[in-house]
Amino acid sequence: MRRRVLPGFGLSLGFAVTYLGLIVLLPLAALAWKASDVGFAGILKLLASPRTLAALKLSFGGALLAAGINVVVGLMVTWALVRYRFPGRRILDALIDLPFALPTAVAGIALTAIYAPNGWFGRWLVPLGIQVAYTPLGVLLAMVFVGFPFVVRTLQPVLQSLEQDVEDAAESLGATGLQTFLRVVLPTLVPTLLTGFALALARAVGEYGSVIFIAGNIPLRSEIAPLLIVQRLDEFDYATAAALGVVMLAFSLVLLVLVSALQRWTRRWAEQSA
Amino acid sequence: MTAGRPGRPASVARRLGRASIIVASILFLCLFLVVPLASVFVEAFRQGAHAFVESIDQPEAMAAIRLTLLVAAITVPLNVVFGIAAAWAMTRFQFRGKALLGALIDLPLSVSPVVTGLLYVLMFGAQGWFGPWLAAHGIKIIFAVPGLVLATIFITLPFVARELIPLMQSQGSEEEEVARVLGASGLQTFFRVTLPNIRWALLYGVLLCNARAMGEFGAVSVVSGHIRGLTTTMPLEVEMRYNEYNYVGAFAIASLLALLALLTLAVKSALEWRYQAAENH
Amino acid sequence: MKLRPTLLALVATVMVLPAMAKDVTLLNVSYDPTRELYKAVNTAFAADWKAKHGDNVTIQMSHGGSGKQARAVVDGLPADVVTLALAYDIDAVADRGLLAKDWQTRLPDNASPYTSTIVFLVRKGNPKAIRDWGDLVRDGVQVVTPNPKTSGGARWNFLAAWGYALKLPGGTDDKARTFVKTLFQHVPVLDTGARGATTTFTQRGIGDVLVAWENEALLAKKEAGGDQFDIVIPSITILAEPPVAVVDKNAAERGTREVADAYLKFLYSPQAQDIEARNFYRPRSPDVAAKYAAQFPQVKTFTLAEVFGDWRKAQAKFFADGAIFDQIGPGN
Repeated sequence: MRRRVLPGFGLSLGFAVTYLGLIVLLPLAALAWKASDVGFAGILKLLASPRTLAALKLSFGGALLAAGINVVVGLMVTWALVRYRFPGRRILDALIDLPFALPTAVAGIALTAIYAPNGWFGRWLVPLGIQVAYTPLGVLLAMVFVGFPFVVRTLQPVLQSLEQDVEDAAESLGATGLQTFLRVVLPTLVPTLLTGFALALARAVGEYGSVIFIAGNIPLRSEIAPLLIVQRLDEFDYATAAALGVVMLAFSLVLLVLVSALQRWTRRWAEQSA
Repeated sequence: MTAGRPGRPASVARRLGRASIIVASILFLCLFLVVPLASVFVEAFRQGAHAFVESIDQPEAMAAIRLTLLVAAITVPLNVVFGIAAAWAMTRFQFRGKALLGALIDLPLSVSPVVTGLLYVLMFGAQGWFGPWLAAHGIKIIFAVPGLVLATIFITLPFVARELIPLMQSQGSEEEEVARVLGASGLQTFFRVTLPNIRWALLYGVLLCNARAMGEFGAVSVVSGHIRGLTTTMPLEVEMRYNEYNYVGAFAIASLLALLALLTLAVKSALEWRYQAAENH
Repeated sequence: MKLRPTLLALVATVMVLPAMAKDVTLLNVSYDPTRELYKAVNTAFAADWKAKHGDNVTIQMSHGGSGKQARAVVDGLPADVVTLALAYDIDAVADRGLLAKDWQTRLPDNASPYTSTIVFLVRKGNPKAIRDWGDLVRDGVQVVTPNPKTSGGARWNFLAAWGYALKLPGGTDDKARTFVKTLFQHVPVLDTGARGATTTFTQRGIGDVLVAWENEALLAKKEAGGDQFDIVIPSITILAEPPVAVVDKNAAERGTREVADAYLKFLYSPQAQDIEARNFYRPRSPDVAAKYAAQFPQVKTFTLAEVFGDWRKAQAKFFADGAIFDQIGPGN
């Protein structure tokens, strides 16, 4: 190992690990400890209940779909913001972070008001048979909303630093714009897109504040998993609530590990093909 | 970095593709971000500017604003120090368990805000791990400012670190090593070399962390106790007013939060612009 | 110099007097729809206490879903008094040793200074002609009610509907079960709290009828300008008794017992009963009730005790995990 020229290894690592330990790990240990009251068999029983399954399916399915939508739309929007100049670009760029800043409850109320049958959009969509508010579609909408900035903000710096030389070279060799994009640009962006996907996914899975207003919250249909946790808490059943929390966290982590494996694989693939 | 590269006229197909991407992006952002934002302001000003001002110029609104700023003022610096320390350790040194550390930094993003609140209740609640001890010593954590701060730190922990790590990774440590070899102290190296190199990412991380810290609702709601004028932050005050049929008042506070966020983002844009202008000179 | 001692005494008195006026703070942890009520009650009580004892009382309020509020008190929210939607939530606090288990016998009328009932709020002119519980399960009628798992008010709604079906000629638990199950199939949105359900019905235009506390329905009607909604009183409904109690442990620790007791007793005084009536809660005092007779029409009610025993039994039978609501609620 190379002699360390730079100082502060012990200090910085020590601080970071202590901070993480106190703020994140210790509380999560408390959660696991509480969840252990339910036991492994209890967790399996919980997972066997159709209600829990339906809620988990909605939370994770919705979040996966929302993250997917965010990747596609986010790529388009980031491309426009980084590569093109048009009036209002800076304002739109600043607005990207809005879902971060707006309290989730406000976002939920605003989206519900807009998409309710008597809302700005709802009054046009509902006669067409498109019900957004109080359906799983509403859940999806809120999830896309909270996850959107993650994709754009992850992608933006990478796209900015991406040299246009390669694209220019490809095009001067006769490739069309679309071919250039698909063959040259997209492969280098895939690992970053996956990062954005993972972040948007993680955020959407656990989202409560904004979803609860627009979901309708009907069991087996539009009830999200965090709401089940809240219901258990209202029954003073902390153990089951904690167990549900642990289950959700475990699923999220499995998904994130899968995404990061996929990322490593695509990165290697992009390097080989380059 | 501009689209129409000089010396080569863009083809019709290219221009068409470009225009449709721009239009679709603007349309999406407008429908998806501008309309909800606009609806907040429309509701806030439904009864005119006077009602708007009146609903903010109230003791409980002022208390909520002060509390929100206080929580952000404690949270953001702590997470900045953490972010820099974590990024420094992770990008300047090789050690066992680095990947694990990276994963742990992202972990809070995967925890539902509902569960985040529960975590601190399980730790510091009257029936929690430390609850009886805290009660015996008269220390209040949850249903008081420390609980609000802890929950907010948890939620916003990844933001600064996440901005810094990729940047410092790609910048490498050569400049810093040179500075050290030339005899600069550790602190000098950090302030003269590292900090100028990371300032934009750092600023951006601070803004995101701050925006999220001020807007957090779910986790804070669990540990707040909702004592009006005492432990209600702005997002909680919004919910309370909404529940009181005081829609103008609720959206007035919400629009204030949106304004605070937009203001910080405007500051960021202005700084970036000045910086770029200075660089081009 | 005979003046000096007198002067000194005067100065001393002036200095001591304000020091004797103590500043007392009470924390009242309450549920959602009582915000307007306690705002008015607190002002009146502070003036009353100041006049009688010379002390300044500040009453801090915390509002939220009844169950969530009870949980916060259990977890350490230092409430001196709790004023919640149903006795079960205060029982839960008592179960953790924060107050005596017989709390409900310490004040008159089951420790409920005011009552309410469960009524229907319908759109102006009652276009779907909803007159009674039976009309809620007609084809094409959409009913808005919050989730009994997370809302105290919704539990009263549920029990009112169950009691109605049970009290029909030939009514049995099985028939009641079928009726309530059908009723919940007409529910398009299940909000987590009573206020949320009211907003869904009044602001978002969802549903044909809102099942709600009478006080909530009257307030919603007033807030909407009084001409958008009508209130329908069903043939029979439940007498909802929102209870109040001093949290013994907290009041002892904070030295607020005396004020806290006086505060809750004050809720039964003619002055407070009048405030409660003005805020759409049915007063216990017959005199005040007579004064507001126009606002509160005669309604046939049954109590929880008559039909379901007590809240612990009702909770276990209907709302516990896997109990009847989980079996027949929406989605099933």
